[in-house]
Amino acid sequence: MSNERRLLSGNEAVALGAMHAGCALGVGYPGTPSTEILENYSKLGGKSQWSPNEKVAMEVGIGVAFTGTRTLVTMKHVGLNVAADPFFTVAYTGVTGGMVMAVADDPGMASSQNEQDSRNYARAAGIPMLEPADSQEAYEMTKLAFELSERWNIPVLLRLCTRICHSKTIVVPGDSTTVPQANYVRDIKQRVMIPGYARPAHKALRNKLAEMEDWNNTDGPNQIFGSSSKLGIITNGVVALHALEAAPDAKVFKVGMIYPLPMKALLEFIDSVDDCIVIEESDPFIQTEVQAAGGKVRPRMERYRFGELDVVRVKRIVAGDDSEEAVPPQGKPPQLCAGCPHGDSFGMLKKLDCIITGDIGCYTLSVLPPYETMDTCVCMGASIGIGLGMRHVLPEEQARRVISVIGDGTFMHSGLTGVAEMVYNRPETGHVLVILDNGTTAMTGLQEHPGTGKKLDHLPTGKTVSLEETCLAMGIDQVVIVDPSREIEAFEKAVVDALASNDLTVVIARRPCILALTRDAKFKRGEKVR
Amino acid sequence: MNKVMNIKFAGLGGQGILTCTDILGRVVFDMGHDVKKAEVHGMSQRGGAITSDLRYGEKVMSPMIPVGEADFLIVLGEDQIEVNQHHLTADGIIVKPSDFEVDKLENKRMLNVALLGALSKHMDFSTEQWLNAVRAQLPERLHAANERAFALGRGE
Repeated sequence: MSNERRLLSGNEAVALGAMHAGCALGVGYPGTPSTEILENYSKLGGKSQWSPNEKVAMEVGIGVAFTGTRTLVTMKHVGLNVAADPFFTVAYTGVTGGMVMAVADDPGMASSQNEQDSRNYARAAGIPMLEPADSQEAYEMTKLAFELSERWNIPVLLRLCTRICHSKTIVVPGDSTTVPQANYVRDIKQRVMIPGYARPAHKALRNKLAEMEDWNNTDGPNQIFGSSSKLGIITNGVVALHALEAAPDAKVFKVGMIYPLPMKALLEFIDSVDDCIVIEESDPFIQTEVQAAGGKVRPRMERYRFGELDVVRVKRIVAGDDSEEAVPPQGKPPQLCAGCPHGDSFGMLKKLDCIITGDIGCYTLSVLPPYETMDTCVCMGASIGIGLGMRHVLPEEQARRVISVIGDGTFMHSGLTGVAEMVYNRPETGHVLVILDNGTTAMTGLQEHPGTGKKLDHLPTGKTVSLEETCLAMGIDQVVIVDPSREIEAFEKAVVDALASNDLTVVIARRPCILALTRDAKFKRGEKVR
Repeated sequence: MNKVMNIKFAGLGGQGILTCTDILGRVVFDMGHDVKKAEVHGMSQRGGAITSDLRYGEKVMSPMIPVGEADFLIVLGEDQIEVNQHHLTADGIIVKPSDFEVDKLENKRMLNVALLGALSKHMDFSTEQWLNAVRAQLPERLHAANERAFALGRGE
């Protein structure tokens, strides 16, 4: 049974790979398109949990890896920004047990606020990176990443993208391995990064990367297809499949280990063809590295930095076509569900004509018609800091119109420090924070968080982190709790009164997400839920 | 010969588009074909337009159907035709709710499976192969009703 072919998404394949690699703990923060990795890992019987945010998740993972056993850490690309602090230094400390960090990019921004390219993080921190092209490779590279991580005692990035995570392709699984029981062995100089210990650790890191580059040149998970001496294409990830379809006669170098690049092998490849082009999504990462090493490649046109690539666009790149591309007809944009409590909240807020510093969640859709009430949205938790910044400098009549709006999940992710800032650097006009508490992380597919009192598998934790008690304990003057669908007048009065006062007020608009209610009912019936 | 068949599904988040793509994927997977399915979901569960690509054949490369190469376009609403028909080949076929007696559908949530019934008339798979996939992808309490929806779409 276990070695039968299956049709799996990239996310399911990573989960299965981690399971077969004997991973002891999966930890992460939900984010499209990475979310289903841990959910599937849990369904396969793996111990997995959501952390409040990606930084905490990575730190939990580091703790596991320091004990000699294996851990999988998952997040979307922007989550790696949140986790960047431990990320850069765990490159120095290294790990004892295998640590794989699956990070999902979103070229074209199907569901993200930017299209940053995580390959730059691998180079910036000096952390090796693998990138699969389909689910079979996602499965195999997850296992390989654990092996490399332990061989060189360094965490390994597994770069995914929307078309890997959410595409299903056939997987034939391999065998399972078991790994040692966690056991703490003290190694202070390797794990306490005071300057005196970090200096040699930095040199050791660079030595490891040089060794890994040598290995990647000869034994890395890279493949060459075709034998043409005319056109050569260097490519990676799912783009390699577009390239093999778009240019079946070309010689194709598919890079599987993105960092450190197999530079010697790449330069030999370039020399073996008359005309070589690097076809990659997002930033010209491989192209820049190859050119810096003296490789002669035809530069990619700037227009192909933006959005996803596909077979048609790859054909254009090969042909050197820099003409305007047809703009596909736009389908219906997403909107709040009928009956969504956020709709009631924004219907009221629109009337008040406020300056709304917003945040990331379903409620970001309030920027679109019919509401058009959100003024800013930058990153998770930014609603509070940006609102406070405006309050500090705007003339009073404008400052009094500023409201920060955040959801319960995002508040747990990175709103807590914003509240500390609110209490610590209190604006003269006070401030108003509205928490839209629908009791779930709805946008990414109804995941639990510390405020729902339920674990990743929807079973109770026994202790809920209370929004109102936390805000009051941190020094907020008053907390008002309303039901946005049934008490809209009380909600409006609470906001109007708070705006007129110089108080620090938190208004919690509490009503469950209608999709979560349906899901929870299914869960109680014992039916399959995500 | 390596003719890859390309089937594109289009609808709104929540209409069951991913489920019906999975059912077709199951049919061709069970027959031993290479198969790839690509979709974009996430925010789209909030009623936005979504599409899902299914490709099968001896060997499939890209998971995404190149524009202009879809053999079939299955739409869960007639308003999806205009924004998606550029995906079809010149002689590509549109499968739409008006292809069958959609008013007789006992539950509009089963429109996706009824459309598979309509699609099945254009394809060589047996009804049993389709229904096995329906049963494999859906909870048991929904089997009987979805089998009726499939038959309605097929015009049986």
